[in-house]
Amino acid sequence: MTKLLEMRQIVKCFGSVRALDGVSISLEEGEVLSLCGENGSGKSTLMKVLCGIYPSGDYEGEIIYKGQVIHPKNIADTEALGIAIIHQELTLVKELSVLENLFLGAELCQYGVMNYALMHYEAKLLLEKVNLSVSPNTLVGDLGVGQQQLVEIAKALSKNAKLLVLDEPTAPLTESETEILLKLVEALRASGVSCIYISHKLSEVKAISDHICIIRDGKHIGTRAADVMSTDDIITMMVGREMKQLFPREDHEIGDVILEMKNVNAWDKANSQIKKVNNASFNLRKGEILGISGLVGAGRTELMECLYGCYQGKYHGEIRLNGQPQSIKNSRDALNLGIAMVPEDRKKNGIIPIMAVGQNISLSAIDQFCQFGVMDNVRESSDIAKSIKKLTVKTPNPDISIASLSGGNQQKAILARFLMINPKVLILDEPTRGIDVGAKYEIYKLMFQLVKNGISIIMVSSELPEVLGISDRVLVMHEGNIMGNLPNQNLTQEMIMDCALAEGVPA
Amino acid sequence: MIEQTSELEKKPVPTLVGRLKNMNLKLLVMVVAIIFIMLLFSFMTEGSYLSPRNISNLFRQTAITGILAIGMVFVIISGEIDLSVGSMMGLLGGGAAILDVWFGFPLPLTIVLTLGAGLLLGLWNGWWVAYRKVPSFIVTLAGMLAFRGILIGITDGTTVAPTSSELAIIGQSYLPNMVSLMIGIGGLAAYFGWQKKHDLKQKSYNIEVAPSTPKLIKSVLLGVAILSFILLLNDYRGVPTPVLLLCLFTLLGTFIASKTRFGRRIYAIGGNIDAARLSGINVDKNKLAVFAMNGFLVAIAALILISRLGAGSPSAGNIAELDAIAACVIGGASMSGGVGIVFGAVVGAFIMASLDNGMSMMDVPTFWQYIVKGGILLLAVWMDSATKQKR
Repeated sequence: MTKLLEMRQIVKCFGSVRALDGVSISLEEGEVLSLCGENGSGKSTLMKVLCGIYPSGDYEGEIIYKGQVIHPKNIADTEALGIAIIHQELTLVKELSVLENLFLGAELCQYGVMNYALMHYEAKLLLEKVNLSVSPNTLVGDLGVGQQQLVEIAKALSKNAKLLVLDEPTAPLTESETEILLKLVEALRASGVSCIYISHKLSEVKAISDHICIIRDGKHIGTRAADVMSTDDIITMMVGREMKQLFPREDHEIGDVILEMKNVNAWDKANSQIKKVNNASFNLRKGEILGISGLVGAGRTELMECLYGCYQGKYHGEIRLNGQPQSIKNSRDALNLGIAMVPEDRKKNGIIPIMAVGQNISLSAIDQFCQFGVMDNVRESSDIAKSIKKLTVKTPNPDISIASLSGGNQQKAILARFLMINPKVLILDEPTRGIDVGAKYEIYKLMFQLVKNGISIIMVSSELPEVLGISDRVLVMHEGNIMGNLPNQNLTQEMIMDCALAEGVPA
Repeated sequence: MIEQTSELEKKPVPTLVGRLKNMNLKLLVMVVAIIFIMLLFSFMTEGSYLSPRNISNLFRQTAITGILAIGMVFVIISGEIDLSVGSMMGLLGGGAAILDVWFGFPLPLTIVLTLGAGLLLGLWNGWWVAYRKVPSFIVTLAGMLAFRGILIGITDGTTVAPTSSELAIIGQSYLPNMVSLMIGIGGLAAYFGWQKKHDLKQKSYNIEVAPSTPKLIKSVLLGVAILSFILLLNDYRGVPTPVLLLCLFTLLGTFIASKTRFGRRIYAIGGNIDAARLSGINVDKNKLAVFAMNGFLVAIAALILISRLGAGSPSAGNIAELDAIAACVIGGASMSGGVGIVFGAVVGAFIMASLDNGMSMMDVPTFWQYIVKGGILLLAVWMDSATKQKR
């Protein structure tokens, strides 16, 4: 067999951060290569380099495709070469039909008029190839996510793709849909199409790959034949890093159970067939830091949103606070009960960019500064100043726009907002995402200070060292199920990863 | 560490200065625009544009668009739009005229019923937007058509006239000179008193009080401006009642926007609706309230309108919503929500009225008036986005 693709010593930097540090992969015709690594290890960056999203010259190293060095400037260049990427987020137009989507941007025309008959014929052939038996005139929005995925692949095939990159294609799929997709990948391989397959589901990876390449922290850890590797080997290679960061762990007292959630079920808001949280139950003690670990899409955020009353889809479950059953319909209810949540996506759900730092901080606690709806601005500024000092938010003054602060300081300001209501339970969803090490350290310190004062914290985090360094107890979620409830004693990253990737019965 | 922060607090901060500059720039542009319009028209009309009589007229004309703009600016800040304002004003005015002319209701009852109806129509719009999740553009476009239809239906397409002499008080009367002076001086005294109290309170919370000299200058300037405004209007017949109403509602609107919880929440909702919801703000309820408040202000404007015209007419208030929206946008409100000031919207209404008034005096054909107003609107928004891009 001949080499179809070789990527040699790819180095890609973002500022001073080396996101890719000399990664090399190679792929033969009709081969399936899987890329494995933790969130943020550099898999997606590598694929963006391959597909020209980061144009040639933006990175070091070379890409050799069919024996020639290529310098893709954009996605169109690589598509012309026969390299197609299928992103996790689908890029289909839901309001258009399957046929229109398949030929979007490459319509078959005669004198500018679309030749529907020809496109219909071609579309049927393409759909047959991917084993999708729907009419080309069906609206894409009427298809399930799995079928949409197949349309996306058919679209790639219509461009004569020789190399297909699948970035976590099965994440939103049900099991039967996954099976169809895997069969299709097999069939494509038989017909000479190569695949690069990115997935967190190791059983899938083992089943369909010829080789498995493991990337960690932007470095190439190793590429082995799939049949000589066990799932454990893969996990060890994925996480085997030393803990470098310091966690200012402090002893604190853990009290009685303060919060219980029982039998929480939640369904996807767009597709009520997909369960995001499956019968999850857990409890939280006073003064405890409960880490929630798991891969992206495991249902952690959804579970927290159910607790905070802001989940958008259908959900139900039982919440008890201090033994009392509570009904939380919206975030106001939650805040009134002393449950606060610092949301995951700071930009979208956290800050109000055009408002001042101070006004952002006091937003949830406005009631405290009001008499008959009229605000006491003096008392408000005084409390804001105290809050800024306490959380060391580095801002020249409280009246500048919050958008001008750094990510870490924005995060502290949002934290200040929810501390102002004096919560008993504080949910932190990815509290340190995208902020620098110094600000991280300060947030950890603050967390320990809070639990010492009797506040209970639930921390959702994708960073394993953080989970291990901070939590008293760790819940591990996998595909909507709570798979592990592990006290943080002699706990290792491998044990958490085992749980997060395991496909056994829910704990 | 602590020393460092205190030093930071004292230092003038570039971003704040930048913001102030930007705000002042906007204000400056508006003032320059007003002066330019004034000079141009007074030159073209050989001075009669700036006569006390015309100035009085100009402010009276501002009143209706100004009051509509106050309601509208809250809607725009919350990230929505209300296109039904003109038809709603026509309908409420028509209803009030029918009560007054056909049924001979006493004036207080007519006023109460009209204000109540305004509130209800606002709630109607708000309910569809907030609880039925229909985009406000569509809800109020539907209202624009339906309200006008109802108006033509109930008036049978005829003008309802003449309205009673009591009703004329709202739109046509003038305050006695002494009364308006007293109100002006009383208002200033109350403002200074409140400021003093604010300072003392800041001291009691150990918050640094702003230096007194610039504040004093500002206060003196404000006093001179208000008193000369009253004296100027007194030179003709006194402060027109609609202008007093406009001033009152401008103050009230400014108070709501900057000093109340409700106001703060409207800015938050317009700024980032998701973050506002997650911060425990009842987004739906507040949006409903914004539309209800808008409806109430439309009712006030409607009463002034029929009182001034002395009649309810099926075409009253036609495209008034566009004047109100233009006033808000010229006054610095952003159509994407979260940004806008009440006073700016009123100044915007004044600019629109100045153009109307001046061009009418010069006998500029109506079609030119539309073209000029359209051009000004486009120019104002373009200037805003051009300065934003530079930042």
